Amino acid sequence: MQEAMIRRAKELLADGTVNRVLGWQRGEFVYDVTPAVFASPDELDASFVYNDFCGANLSKYLVAESRKEGKVLAFLKPCDTYSLNQLTAEHRVVRENIYAIGLPCEGKADVEALKAAGAAGITGIADGGDTFTVHTLYGDQTVAKADALAERCANCKSKQCVTYDELLGENGAVQNSHRFDMVEQLENMTADERYAFWQGELSRCIRCNACRNACPACTCEKCVFDNPQSGIANTAPADSFEEKLFHIIRAFHVAGRCTDCGECSRVCPQHIPLHLLNRKFIKDINELYGPYQAGADVAARGPLTDFTFEDCEPSVVHERGVN
Amino acid sequence: MQVNEKEFKPLIVAFCCNWCSYAGADLSGTNRLNYPANVKIIRVPCSCRVNPMFVLRAFQRGADGVILCGCHPGDCHYTTGNYYTRRRMTLLFSMLDYLGIERDRTRVEWVSAAEGAKFAATMNDFVATVTRLGENKRLEDLRCKKQ
Amino acid sequence: MKSLLLKDMDRLLAALAENRTLYVPTDGAGGAEYRLYQPGTPLSEALNTNRSAKDFFFPQTENMMRFQMRGKEIRIEEPTRPDEDFVVFGVRACDARSFELLDKVFLSEPVDSYYQNRRAHGVIVTRCCGRPEETCFCTAFGIDPTAPGGDVSTWQDDQRLYLAANTPAGQALLNGVAHLLTDAPETAADDAKAKTRAALANLPIQNLPLDGFGEENLLAIFNDPRWAELSRACLGCGTCTFVCPTCQCYDIKDFDTGHGIQRFRCWDSCMYSEFTRCAHGNPRVSQVERFRQRFMHKLVYFPANNQGDFSCVGCGRCLQKCPVSLNIVKVIKALGGEKA
Repeated sequence: MQEAMIRRAKELLADGTVNRVLGWQRGEFVYDVTPAVFASPDELDASFVYNDFCGANLSKYLVAESRKEGKVLAFLKPCDTYSLNQLTAEHRVVRENIYAIGLPCEGKADVEALKAAGAAGITGIADGGDTFTVHTLYGDQTVAKADALAERCANCKSKQCVTYDELLGENGAVQNSHRFDMVEQLENMTADERYAFWQGELSRCIRCNACRNACPACTCEKCVFDNPQSGIANTAPADSFEEKLFHIIRAFHVAGRCTDCGECSRVCPQHIPLHLLNRKFIKDINELYGPYQAGADVAARGPLTDFTFEDCEPSVVHERGVN
Repeated sequence: MQVNEKEFKPLIVAFCCNWCSYAGADLSGTNRLNYPANVKIIRVPCSCRVNPMFVLRAFQRGADGVILCGCHPGDCHYTTGNYYTRRRMTLLFSMLDYLGIERDRTRVEWVSAAEGAKFAATMNDFVATVTRLGENKRLEDLRCKKQ
Repeated sequence: MKSLLLKDMDRLLAALAENRTLYVPTDGAGGAEYRLYQPGTPLSEALNTNRSAKDFFFPQTENMMRFQMRGKEIRIEEPTRPDEDFVVFGVRACDARSFELLDKVFLSEPVDSYYQNRRAHGVIVTRCCGRPEETCFCTAFGIDPTAPGGDVSTWQDDQRLYLAANTPAGQALLNGVAHLLTDAPETAADDAKAKTRAALANLPIQNLPLDGFGEENLLAIFNDPRWAELSRACLGCGTCTFVCPTCQCYDIKDFDTGHGIQRFRCWDSCMYSEFTRCAHGNPRVSQVERFRQRFMHKLVYFPANNQGDFSCVGCGRCLQKCPVSLNIVKVIKALGGEKA
């Protein structure tokens, strides 16, 4: 795949379709990949990489990149194309300045999962089809790819690229995923259990803002949590209330716009399952206002900027079974 | 139900839309209907002015319950504002419930300018409900508690 | 040198916890973290904790004082300073070294009394790394993980834990649990050290070109055009700064509680838009400048002010935690010049 991508990128650079390429750059280790912009074939040859660890959602970078001079080639995974569509719908990117190449995706690996499986001191990772052979300082180890998959990929919602100018390989299909299972499990707990669960998870928050900054739906020029005039600006959670406030508002602000790409949970240094907050909103929207997938259709009206006369009353929350 | 008010008097924040519910509160006053003095009304131009942040910050600042009152659906002074409120608050309340925060601390009620009696009854009922729940512990900011 | 059978580890921890508060690294849902010792909880086998150990002396948020209004009078209330003695068990050499770097900042004039107070009450028990990982590069900064420092150093082989006190406070700690320990020759831990040294030799990143970061190159590095390229992917989150054991910038804020003012300090991050904000705004308006500030501070400004000591201990947390894999190693390799 990597060779095909480099070849195609060089062609598009050569014929002037694009003047730069947004992709991933090789780092110190196999899993150490950084989103980067390449302006020449030499740069592509030198460090362009595409592997099982290229998980970052590049659409976020298109907010800035698409406003620059000339057209940018962006390699997008199915997840990333949903985000691009959503950003296009919100006029946050200049779609005409983007040449999107859709990539097939079989899920990305999570290096933390490899480490959790006991691989310490990783010096190399060889792809063995269904398995990874992890070379470490302390010997080799084989891990099934399924066990190394990121949570969001294990519960993949769609392998379909929803917007692209060109596809590399076959387009996939929307998946029948189990992504709401954990949300449902939480819903079935008692309020006390839920409170204990979230208190435990959110208390780990260090307010690094990685979830917000990596999120392709979080594109405010100035976040309310960074605005000293807002009265809630803070760089550290001084009280457990602030953790809750931040995470409720973060999730609420992207409700109806969140495509469930899972970047928030991927980047969290404290492994807080933030996607469970976003998925709760998605699940509620699906159940109360009809199925909706943000980013699937660029012309669709978001559920929170829309209404029907027959919408349920907020008391629906109170009338649910008491746990 | 007998409420022992000496033990615990909840602080209730009521966001009332200027055109219907605030006028409804006014009417309940001119009609000499009683509702507890611990309901603090914040007038907003429309119920859809209420950002989820307002609700959370009311809890932070010591509220034990938050209620939103607006025009009945279809009667919004701005035609459609309260329809947006309805969706937003449904999702917000559901999220609070999901986080294990007592769902009865939040409520939305549609009160028109002519419904002074409904306003008083709603507030009495909400205060009683929140009194039963007791102090807001799950969405409190310890720094804001009076020592 | 003292020794202890590993099966008696919990007895040792329980004994340490008898007279003082004891913190140990344990595994949790988010990874390894220092937590209050609970009898029976196994020590984390992870090489390092998610957050560094600097929290013990420089917590993420700390109350400084409170203002109360009484009519026209303002009353200032100082919080009670924590005065309980505590032990942090299992600190790695990199984190132990970070305390020395933080000391240079907080214990030089004007002394930070909050930090000083915590430092005076803490005893550090370090642990020799058994299995250093690919992200480790402490040796580049002259740190020897086989001599992990702190008040007490410990080493471990398959059967025993070896302990040696480095300071009077450490000696006092060991004296308190002497009934559990047996004497061991000074060379007892040599096998464990040799094993670690052998592993260190294979680490992929340790020969880092640091010679170019001298004060004389300050302007050249500051104006280097490659900063734009290096920082391009930076999302502007504060992960690197908050997991870093040596990042020590903080902000002092006033929180209006509705019945007074709570003045507190909390960690700040040079990656944030509001960092060092003054009347006209943030002096560093772009992410390139903020990114540059972080590494200039660690690699150029700090050594220039502290006899050449870099403000990095090579713990590797930024390599593991950055959402887009930017880190200090990439910066050093790009800007540190040729390896001598």
